[in-house]
Amino acid sequence: MTTTAPRQHLTGQKPAWAEEMTAMLDAYQQAGGDPQALQLPEVATLVISGEQVLASHEIPGVHLEAESLEQGVRARIIVEPEAHVDRPVHLCFGVIPAEGRQEILADYEIGPGAQVQFLAHCSFPNAVRVEHVMQARIQVGKNANLTYTEEHFHGPHGGVDVRPQAKVVVDAGGQFISTFSLTRGRVGALDVDYQIDVAEGGVAELTTKAYGTAEDRICVRETVRLNGERARGLTRTRLAVRDSATSQVFTSMEGNAPGVRGHMDCTEIVRNQAQAHNEPLVIVRDDQAQVTHEAAIGMVNRKELESLLARGLDEDAAVDLIIRGMIR
Amino acid sequence: MSAPLLQIEALNLRRDGRLILNQVNLSVYPGQVHALLGLNGSGKSSLAYTLMGCEGYAPDSGRILFDGRDLNGLSITERARLGITLAWQEPARFEGIPVGKYVGLGLANPDREQTVAALEAVALSAKIYGYRAADQTLSGGERKRVELAAVYAMRPRLAILDEPDSGIDVLSLVEIEKLIRRMAGDGSAVLLITHREELLATAEAASLICAGQIIFSGDAMEARQYYSGRCRPHLESLGAQPWDTASPEAQAALASNGSLRPTLVEQKSE
Repeated sequence: MTTTAPRQHLTGQKPAWAEEMTAMLDAYQQAGGDPQALQLPEVATLVISGEQVLASHEIPGVHLEAESLEQGVRARIIVEPEAHVDRPVHLCFGVIPAEGRQEILADYEIGPGAQVQFLAHCSFPNAVRVEHVMQARIQVGKNANLTYTEEHFHGPHGGVDVRPQAKVVVDAGGQFISTFSLTRGRVGALDVDYQIDVAEGGVAELTTKAYGTAEDRICVRETVRLNGERARGLTRTRLAVRDSATSQVFTSMEGNAPGVRGHMDCTEIVRNQAQAHNEPLVIVRDDQAQVTHEAAIGMVNRKELESLLARGLDEDAAVDLIIRGMIR
Repeated sequence: MSAPLLQIEALNLRRDGRLILNQVNLSVYPGQVHALLGLNGSGKSSLAYTLMGCEGYAPDSGRILFDGRDLNGLSITERARLGITLAWQEPARFEGIPVGKYVGLGLANPDREQTVAALEAVALSAKIYGYRAADQTLSGGERKRVELAAVYAMRPRLAILDEPDSGIDVLSLVEIEKLIRRMAGDGSAVLLITHREELLATAEAASLICAGQIIFSGDAMEARQYYSGRCRPHLESLGAQPWDTASPEAQAALASNGSLRPTLVEQKSE
């Protein structure tokens, strides 16, 4: 296990470590993160570059364990039962070189009654041929509340193959709120695969946003199984593709118990020669369950566009503003 | 009086084979509030979209002159850059675009003070609304005010306000009347589209439109009397247009004299 306190960073460390850390902090900032936050003693942080754990800082109630593997890192993140973590836990993952592979095998255990937010920033600023695989197992304990926000920055080359995969179990009364955003830099190839099981009275909300250009490929697979009574689920997918990019969305929501409510909401905006595909799957196994879906795929809404044109914007600027707003 | 800022001449618009605007003539002068009054379905909004150059609203014949320039063939953006803008009757909702940003879109150099002032002009606090998205979370009335603020901030030469009063409560109506006067005071001409005769108090001139035809044009108070005396009772008794252009009688009238009710047209010179 490698553990390093970020407060000591850049002093007393080997030059190579310091260089790597500086590059990661720059990339972290490009991904929308605040490097200052990584310096605060009250903020739990984990910084991983390639297969190296550059920094790990625990706070009361939050335990972070990480060990280097040949091509990645295995991490275990534990939030103690009833812990109410005031400041978001910051996770910083990335690959700085143009080529490389990073595999993160992560186990999250959010204890019963705990409340915590995670802010994950994943940066691949120079990627020409980089593969990033995240395999996460997330357990949200009874009445626990986990908000997980993941933002990506991929640089201009489109050479990133990103595969975030998560198996999530939300126990009774627990809440899992997740936002995945890849709207800066080229997407490259993105294949999201989340599977979530929600117990009685639990909540799962997934928001996925991405903007594909050139030959980017986006694939979003999300399965939410509402297994316990009164469980609730929501998926919001907001994708925009232009040029020759493609997007595919396969969302599935199962209503397996009385009183569950599920909704899938997908908007995909298509421009130029881009293509979008959406396949919602609704399965209801209980006559007191309700699952709905709505999808809008195609060009920018004409009325929205004309409203912006009437303020003097040209068409490209107006479309961009609408798309940026949607994936914001 | 000076030359008209907006001059519409013999404008015809057909959609899906149906005559929506029929030989419309109308003039709006610089700094003037000109009300366009008509019942639902009379062609008011269609005229607004035609003036703005919206898709599907290219006129079949006639001319629209703005400051002497023919708008035919100009895009919405080009018209907006000439100083024309439109406040939609049912404004679009924008996911993720903050109200403050939306209001400042029409400004050459977006400036916080102007945005704040525009929001205050429609009785919205920039502190509360500035960072909220102009999306479904706003009520109909709030979104409408935001639309008016965006138009006001732009300081257009011609503001087309499509039923700014619809979906607005009585108290808000007073604010809207104030805003219309303020726009005119700042030099904008306003084409005020409404079916609420009370709003005519803010206008100097008015036109009545019925079944796509202008049936009266002239003083706002005369228009009000005309409307309340002849159009309103019809609306209340039938709940529909006095003259349906699709009816066999109307089509026959159109074929014989090119107009539905020529006797009602009382064009008054400015």
